[in-house]
Amino acid sequence: MSEITPDLVRHLAGLARILVTDEEVEKMTSQLSLIVDSVATVNKAVAGDIPATSHPIPMANVFREDVIEPSLSQAEALSGAPDSADGRFRVHAILDEE
Amino acid sequence: MSDLIRKNASELVELLNSKQVSSVEVTQAHIDRTNAVDADVHSYLHVSPESALATAAEIDRKRAAGEPLHPLAGLPIAVKDNLTTTDAPTTSGSKILEGWVPQYDATVVAKLRAAGMPILGKTNLDEFAMGSSTEFSAFGPSHNPWDLDRIPGGSGGGSSSAVASFQAPLAIGSDTGGSIRFPAAVTGTVGTKPTYGAVSRYGLIALASSLDQIGPVSRNVLDAALLQDVIAGYDKHDSTSLPESLGSMVEAAKKMDVKGLRIGVIKELTGAGFQPGVQARFNESLTLLQNAGAEIVEVSCPSFEYAIAAYYLILPAEASSNLAKFDSVRFGLRVTPEGNPTIERVMAATREAGFGPEVKRRIILGTYALSSGYYDAYYGSAQKVRTLIQRDFDAAFAKADVLVSPTAPTTAFKLGEKLEDPLAMYLNDIATIPANLAGIPGMSIPNGLAEEDGLPVGIQLLAPAREDARLYQVGAALEKMHEDVWGKRMIDFAPELEVK
Amino acid sequence: MAKDELMNYEQALAQFEVVIGLEVHVELNTKTKMFCGCKNEFGNEPNTNVCPICIGLPGSLPAVNKRAVESSISIGLALGCQIAPTGRFARKNYFYPDLAKNFQTSQYDEPIAFEGALEVEVPSGNKFNVLIERAHMEEDAGKLTHVGGATGRIQGAEYSLVDYNRAGVPLVEIVTKPVFGAGAEAPELAAAYVRSIRDIVRALNVSDARMERGNVRCDANVSLRPHGSEKLGTRTETKNVNSLRSIERAVRYEIQRQAAILAKGGSIIQETRHWHEDRGITSSGRPKSDADDYRYFPEPDLVPVQPSIEWIESLRAALPENPAERRRRLAADWGFSELEFRDVVNAGLLDQIEETVAAGAKPQSARKWWGGELARVANAEDKDVTELSITPAQVAELASLVEGGKINDRLAREVLTYVLAGEGSPAEVVAARGLEVVSDDGALIAAIDAALASQPDVLDAIREGRMQAAGAVIGAVMKAMKGSADAARVRELLIEKANA
Ligand SMILES: [Mg+2]
Ligand SMILES: [Zn+2]
Repeated sequence: MSEITPDLVRHLAGLARILVTDEEVEKMTSQLSLIVDSVATVNKAVAGDIPATSHPIPMANVFREDVIEPSLSQAEALSGAPDSADGRFRVHAILDEE
Repeated sequence: MSDLIRKNASELVELLNSKQVSSVEVTQAHIDRTNAVDADVHSYLHVSPESALATAAEIDRKRAAGEPLHPLAGLPIAVKDNLTTTDAPTTSGSKILEGWVPQYDATVVAKLRAAGMPILGKTNLDEFAMGSSTEFSAFGPSHNPWDLDRIPGGSGGGSSSAVASFQAPLAIGSDTGGSIRFPAAVTGTVGTKPTYGAVSRYGLIALASSLDQIGPVSRNVLDAALLQDVIAGYDKHDSTSLPESLGSMVEAAKKMDVKGLRIGVIKELTGAGFQPGVQARFNESLTLLQNAGAEIVEVSCPSFEYAIAAYYLILPAEASSNLAKFDSVRFGLRVTPEGNPTIERVMAATREAGFGPEVKRRIILGTYALSSGYYDAYYGSAQKVRTLIQRDFDAAFAKADVLVSPTAPTTAFKLGEKLEDPLAMYLNDIATIPANLAGIPGMSIPNGLAEEDGLPVGIQLLAPAREDARLYQVGAALEKMHEDVWGKRMIDFAPELEVK
Repeated sequence: MAKDELMNYEQALAQFEVVIGLEVHVELNTKTKMFCGCKNEFGNEPNTNVCPICIGLPGSLPAVNKRAVESSISIGLALGCQIAPTGRFARKNYFYPDLAKNFQTSQYDEPIAFEGALEVEVPSGNKFNVLIERAHMEEDAGKLTHVGGATGRIQGAEYSLVDYNRAGVPLVEIVTKPVFGAGAEAPELAAAYVRSIRDIVRALNVSDARMERGNVRCDANVSLRPHGSEKLGTRTETKNVNSLRSIERAVRYEIQRQAAILAKGGSIIQETRHWHEDRGITSSGRPKSDADDYRYFPEPDLVPVQPSIEWIESLRAALPENPAERRRRLAADWGFSELEFRDVVNAGLLDQIEETVAAGAKPQSARKWWGGELARVANAEDKDVTELSITPAQVAELASLVEGGKINDRLAREVLTYVLAGEGSPAEVVAARGLEVVSDDGALIAAIDAALASQPDVLDAIREGRMQAAGAVIGAVMKAMKGSADAARVRELLIEKANA
């Protein structure tokens, strides 16, 4: 049995900034439980000292020279934005720290 | 139906280069076809007839003037809608991006433009390429031209159905766990996932960065080779792109020789769980290969048992992070909730309204897999499984030059059949996922029809990293053996669509 | 907490042991950003140094700035750190509108540099060895402006505006291990440590290191524990304290605040706090909770950094002299008083004085000119003293003209004006403008007599030992001779006359 609970789903949705209704929480809890139980089998596979693979093709030291390239114009940068003002992206007030 | 649209890309290229047809004629023929059938097939999310014809006319003018042109100049193409285009909206199949016109072209799109290939439109996909059926597109599913009640595969069902229904001679796909190869298998077309890094991902709206790869969709192997040679190559904008050239796929496809090659059958990807018709066609192809002088060997990849589990941890984990940028600030949808909206609430409401159920499911799963206390057990273990799978491939490729398996366990299923059962949907990808986890190239080519339902079946070829050429060599050879047996291309068995 | 509720500082130290930890973010002065080719420049129009990468458009990918990596390695080496054979980028996931991708590309468990140490001297002359845990590379966030509400603060703002020009600017974050044993000098140590970091990155020329522009930013962790206790107390993290003085004040305030709470039996909340320069207090910010689950994972779009030994050693060979060692050397060589030396360091004049001395001037003369007249001119013109158009060699020449009696101080200042105006070297100016002092006794005696005619009592006063009376005559003579008189000679002649 997995440890997926409605509270955990709510917490995860909060971390992922997704609003969820109680109904969705319920549905996701059961679906995620099934999925998590199934994917948790990876644990069985990796007993012993096995290195992790983060990149399928190993490479290293890929760099860009410190050379200026053209930027977007301000109008281009803002062209897809839902709202802007004074050359900047406009967002609702931030409910957070001072 | 215009004769032009049924031709292979390589044939059209010859006609164009010898000035027997103009690019405008070829392009217009495909636009006409889309107008006639796409209401039923729904391959495209956006069509660009004006700009496609403008490109075509420009190429015709240059050709007439004797200017040097790319060999594929004037040949039209369809592009999956998760590649950015400055002249057409790019949605990745999601409401959250509806109407967004990107400020830059993906590297692959820029290469198509540089080659003078008219872009017919943007093809449908599961939202953010999450799915195996195209049913998770926020703009409605695509349909399989072989049977409109069935799925055309996913996530690239728009590209596969466009090519299978003669709306485009070629298309671009992207493959994170089989999104090029599975659609190819169920629509009787060819699809290649190149070696990870062979094609630049710059401008591909990321699903899972360490798994995603762009590749060609076509109706035959040589056509796929033509396209891979256009889009492959190092790109300084993609730090994971391979610095070295993998050589000419067209040359490899023209070799058409399997004599002396060792073909490895992956024990774990045959037998139980595979539809009888799928298995039968697979066995017949092994016989064909053997008769042509290939040596058939059996290989074992025991860690494949954990491939789907590892994949469904790594993919959601990376996707949860990649999709965080969809927050209503710089582009895309903004939903303002009632009451006293703060940015936090606006972001959450936007993501609630803008993402579909599968996307949300995977984001939450990925958030879980990465969160503190669970990382080692889930994401960490999955990355280790990845190492085991690579080791399995290394061992297998010590015994065989190319590995083969059925591309998918079944033929195309019915629309709606697996929609409410994520786990069943995930099982489709059992044969295709290992290549993504290991970064190796894979190709699916038509492998006949299953007798039980008369639907297309695919065979998957796999080669070691950077050995994409082997796929084209063996794929083209097997395709030739098939066509000799069938007397025509497999796509020619497809039923005629009703033309509106 | 109101000031009168704080515990008296001495009392706090008597009851508790102070443990501090410092995180310093240094903005590098590369030409371009960390992961894209946009200009790394301060003060441009909003959202003009931005591109698909640094505003996080879908499909864009990062590419690492080589120079930023070199600067980071140099900082690591200068702090005595080991350089990691494999450094990795990682994503730190959290939502904030100034963070274009809603993750910061940073480093997590494999930073580029780790385990260093820095000897820091506080004003009392005590020295502390601050252990460095790590120095890692990351990107800066954009800039938020809060509109509406009171004084641009976030609380009560109606909306906020985001400028991403700063997003993606390369940062090196330097993190200390907990620092024990500074006692009452913990606040001074915090400030002196940040000053040392600033001096080092300036000497390396990897950062403009202007704190008022946020090039160097400090987060100060403070915790208290009863003397003799082994267990660390709960810490607070005071964010973005952006001047050396406020670092000292903020640490002192936190010590007094926490002591007051602990003494009453309360407990400290682990939280972020904000320093208010105007009120001299910190206030509670966001509590650290499991909402701070950053879900770090290796950045799949970037490959590891594996600096070769040769690369590291070439950067090590190019390191300038360690600023602390250099200061020790110069202090010993120059023989300034402690106060004089500190002033010179604070004014950033070490380079100028060192070069002026090397050009032949006495250390005290060099200090006098750079720290006096030239600093005054620079200040008046709102320039850095290094931006004045005068070379250390010219200052040395000026000093030697004064010491040789060719000009006096007054003339020297005049000469400086012309040198700064570009009229040539001091010697050239003196020659061209005829500014040499007059030491011809005949002319001087005539001028003295003229001056005495209007104030005959002066000679009596001098005879009675009231030497200050001589000043009026000397002044009159200087005035009459337009400053070109040798004041010392005038004085001698006047005394001779009085005693004749
Ligand atoms: Mg940081
Ligand atoms: Zn940029």
